[in-house]
Amino acid sequence: MADRTEARPANAGAQRIEDAIRGARGRAALMPYLMGGFPTIATSAEIGKACADGGADLIELGIPYSDPLADGPVIQAAGTVALAAGATFDAILGVCKELSERLPVVIMTYANIMQARGVDAFCARLVESGASGVIVPDLPPEEAGALLEEADRVGLAVVPLIAPTTPDDRLGLVGGRARGFLYTVSVNGITGERQGAAGYATVIERAQRATDVPVALGFGISTGEQARAAADAGADGVIVGSMLVRLAGGPDPVNAVRAAVEELAAGLDR
Amino acid sequence: MAEPQTERRLPDRFGPYGGRYVPETLIPALDELEQAWIAASADPAFTAELDGLLADYGGRPTPLYLAQRISEVVGHEVWLKREDLMHTGSHKINNALGQALLAKRMGKTRMIAETGAGSHGVASATACALLGLECIVYMGAEDIRRQSPNVVRMEMLGTEVRPVEDGTRTLKEAVSAAIRDWVTNVGDTHYILGSAVGPAPYPAIVKALQRRIGDESRAQILEKAGRLPDRVLACIGGGSNAIGMFAGFVDDPEVALVGVEAAGDGIDTPRHGAPLTVGGRPGILHGSLSAIMQDDEGQILEAHSISAGLDYPGTGPEHAWLRDSGRAQYVAVKDEQAVAAFKEVARLEGIIPALETAHAFAYVFDGPKDTSTLDVLCLSGRGDKDIAEVVARG
Repeated sequence: MADRTEARPANAGAQRIEDAIRGARGRAALMPYLMGGFPTIATSAEIGKACADGGADLIELGIPYSDPLADGPVIQAAGTVALAAGATFDAILGVCKELSERLPVVIMTYANIMQARGVDAFCARLVESGASGVIVPDLPPEEAGALLEEADRVGLAVVPLIAPTTPDDRLGLVGGRARGFLYTVSVNGITGERQGAAGYATVIERAQRATDVPVALGFGISTGEQARAAADAGADGVIVGSMLVRLAGGPDPVNAVRAAVEELAAGLDR
Repeated sequence: MAEPQTERRLPDRFGPYGGRYVPETLIPALDELEQAWIAASADPAFTAELDGLLADYGGRPTPLYLAQRISEVVGHEVWLKREDLMHTGSHKINNALGQALLAKRMGKTRMIAETGAGSHGVASATACALLGLECIVYMGAEDIRRQSPNVVRMEMLGTEVRPVEDGTRTLKEAVSAAIRDWVTNVGDTHYILGSAVGPAPYPAIVKALQRRIGDESRAQILEKAGRLPDRVLACIGGGSNAIGMFAGFVDDPEVALVGVEAAGDGIDTPRHGAPLTVGGRPGILHGSLSAIMQDDEGQILEAHSISAGLDYPGTGPEHAWLRDSGRAQYVAVKDEQAVAAFKEVARLEGIIPALETAHAFAYVFDGPKDTSTLDVLCLSGRGDKDIAEVVARG
């Protein structure tokens, strides 16, 4: 944890995220993921607002990529539908702009979406669209140098992921330059709903050792009970994705997502 | 943290290309693989075992054959490196045996692989049967249709073939499915990646295992013809037979290196598999930065080729650098040219080449004739698997 005491530069996006997570009511911050443009651009914006109404503290907004290696079938399929329906980078950043008036938005997308525009232009567009942070799951710290530098310069938080397989001698590398929060992957695997809450304490404890920013747990969390277990294990935030994306693809998506977020919030004593 | 002085690394960048663009979960596994390969390749017991298997079980060295009748047709000598004579019918066994042996040494018990044409799947299934390892092969549903004999072969060898129904249901989706499996089962699983693509250290390991093709070819042509070739040719999808062939000659500046991609319906249409030939902005696919087919938004485009093994929108990162640095040249031939060459080689030489390899032959038949007096072409695989597809096209 060589970098733990390194002074972090002022980063407006990171500050907004940390304030939202640390200031959350109840046991932990609730951080829903939604796929931008799914099922349509307009509906995804309404779903985002429903998350805010239901008690979300922060939104992770996905920009779909044709080959999402970290995602399970539900989010993959949602991305395919969104792309087929014409979802573009710019259209989803329009959703970001709208939602960022209510709560901090963290964009989640893949390295080639950034690469296609160039790091500087990518960061600039996110910031002007009100995004507070960005998660790029296929961009490990070794490949993230240019993004980390530019994001700090323009006030965008780069949120890294830490996995159960991350060895002790990488904790500092992954956690040391985390901004906003450290995304803690609960299991080896891809996104998707899973049973149970085993092993949360171990991964959260390791994440806390790696960083001094808030620690949020994701991958496999879909029930109020699991959210509560994550909070009990020490998570500062709880990320729920596939279950909400599944509801976003079903009948009456806006109300269904709102109800699900309310239930998760209840699990966190909100 | 200071790195231990003893730590050695394999090349992870080729010019700007390559890298490791994968989820954090896999980074430690890639580090472990890299260190295991460095240790194994320095261990005489490991190299002796691999050399022995490749010789006595696989059939190395493969012959270098002067194709007299093709030479007459094109007006210069054309020598064929007969990887089609390897056990399982293609160069893929060189890599699959090496990786399976390495994985066994690492204590991994479960192997996964992707396949397009089925050649790498069959090679992996074969290596796993030989070494007593569990094997699961991901294969696009469209490729299962095109290459059904290879599916039966894999199942006969005790491998489970898992159809991939995403996207165009071809090689790209099969690679993605294999990577997702690896992320989920990284503890006991090794991913036998079949081409010179993917995150580091895969491109370097695959090249090290395939360079026997080029090293043998160089020694054989010097012995048989008493000179180096003017041109060395190989077909390119991900680029493993090509990088292995080129590796033997890359330090001989007088030898031109020519990689032949799939132009599909034509590189002026969207239906091709020729990212190196077409050029454009590099991109990230399946863990490395390389030449890829993508739209302005950064979404990966669908490739098209009659040949399942070349039906891929990316390519190995070292090829992108060989192109940019000017050391190798990349060209593309259309489906119809490949089919014509397939038939021509069968009639002239009594050899039915893989449709992938037929692309390299097509360039010898249809490309410039005055630039070479002696070609060496990597006959990367046999074409039994493709006969039904070619017959169906009339």
